[in-house]
Amino acid sequence: MIVAVASGKGGTGKTTVAVNLARSLAGPVSLFDCDVEEPNANLFLQGEMDRTDEVSLPVPAVDAAKCDGCNECGRLCQYHAIASFGSQALVFAELCHGCGGCMIVCPRGAITETPRRIGVVETARQGEITILTGRIDVGVAFAPPLIRAVKGRIEPGVTAILDAPPGTSCPVIATVTGADAVILVTEPTPFGLHDLTLAVETVRELGIPFGVVVNRVGVGDGRVHAYCAKEGIPILLDIPDDRRIAEAYSSGRLLVDALPEYRALFSELWRAVGELAAKKGREPEVAR
Amino acid sequence: MKIACTTTGNDLQSPVDPRFGRAQRLIIVDTDTDAFTVVDNAAGAAAAQGAGIQAAEAVVRAGAVALISGHVGPKAFRALRASGVRMYTTDAPTVAEAISRYKAGTLVEAKSADVNGHW
Repeated sequence: MIVAVASGKGGTGKTTVAVNLARSLAGPVSLFDCDVEEPNANLFLQGEMDRTDEVSLPVPAVDAAKCDGCNECGRLCQYHAIASFGSQALVFAELCHGCGGCMIVCPRGAITETPRRIGVVETARQGEITILTGRIDVGVAFAPPLIRAVKGRIEPGVTAILDAPPGTSCPVIATVTGADAVILVTEPTPFGLHDLTLAVETVRELGIPFGVVVNRVGVGDGRVHAYCAKEGIPILLDIPDDRRIAEAYSSGRLLVDALPEYRALFSELWRAVGELAAKKGREPEVAR
Repeated sequence: MKIACTTTGNDLQSPVDPRFGRAQRLIIVDTDTDAFTVVDNAAGAAAAQGAGIQAAEAVVRAGAVALISGHVGPKAFRALRASGVRMYTTDAPTVAEAISRYKAGTLVEAKSADVNGHW
């Protein structure tokens, strides 16, 4: 089973839910930190580093002897990563998404591909948990290809928990696509509700079963719960606004280790997520 | 001879737009007749990435041999240099003033980008 933990708003507790879920499961589980611009799951799990693999994108290299400046490549590339200015084609590698189209359309076979490093995937282990962390290089603006490289380590038959970046843009889509279920973590505040509605629209569009975890219940108001009730969205777990949770978090400890009474809640969350995942592809999406 | 100048307006009395890639418009002036055409750059102004390259393409397409703007970023500089377009940065308040300084030869040719991308 592949479960993604996402949210509209940042800082609502995605990583908290993901790492505690991983810890409370019996048996081997892989946790994929797909928040490649700011990965932090391993700060909490402190796994022992196993290996680091580089990830590259194929970017064009132009053979000056063959290029006649026809600009077929420039007309194709929507990102302006390659173009001829009445000269041999120039490559702006930092804009290239690595589609390879320029190489295909070049009538003179002047373009080949060369790897451009965009980041790394780190593999660490902590007991039964394998932690795979995507870490994008500073200055690189393409998270999705690196996220796909991280997810390329998902093994059939091994439970996978994906810790998504915040928001609803391409990196989030790249993370949750292919998941069997999505957990949307929010907080009961107006910001939490606003961004939750965006996340709900996104996940509905992707057709993946999802439910909501409300973190810090006790702050804010009841509008998140009212919204979920109205939309027929299951609340998978309420995490109370408990000062002891914040204290454990701020000292780098896992909630289920520091406060064992919460362990049962995460086991229950996992059971509820399993039920959601079982619905995938079986039931039509609830009418909006 | 045609030269391009960035502008926020629609005529020679309009201000020079200090940005190149994200300039609102390009004004293409024929220095022999002072006739001009205006090229919209809304797509470049709104582009997330590659605005300078797009604007450089527009300058080349217009047949301009020189560009005047407030600043030129690194990708635009590479593109314009490859196409042989000379670049001049200026603090001239209007397009007309920038053109007159160009004609008087008091503009200094840019030999490198003077700002980073997305400045």
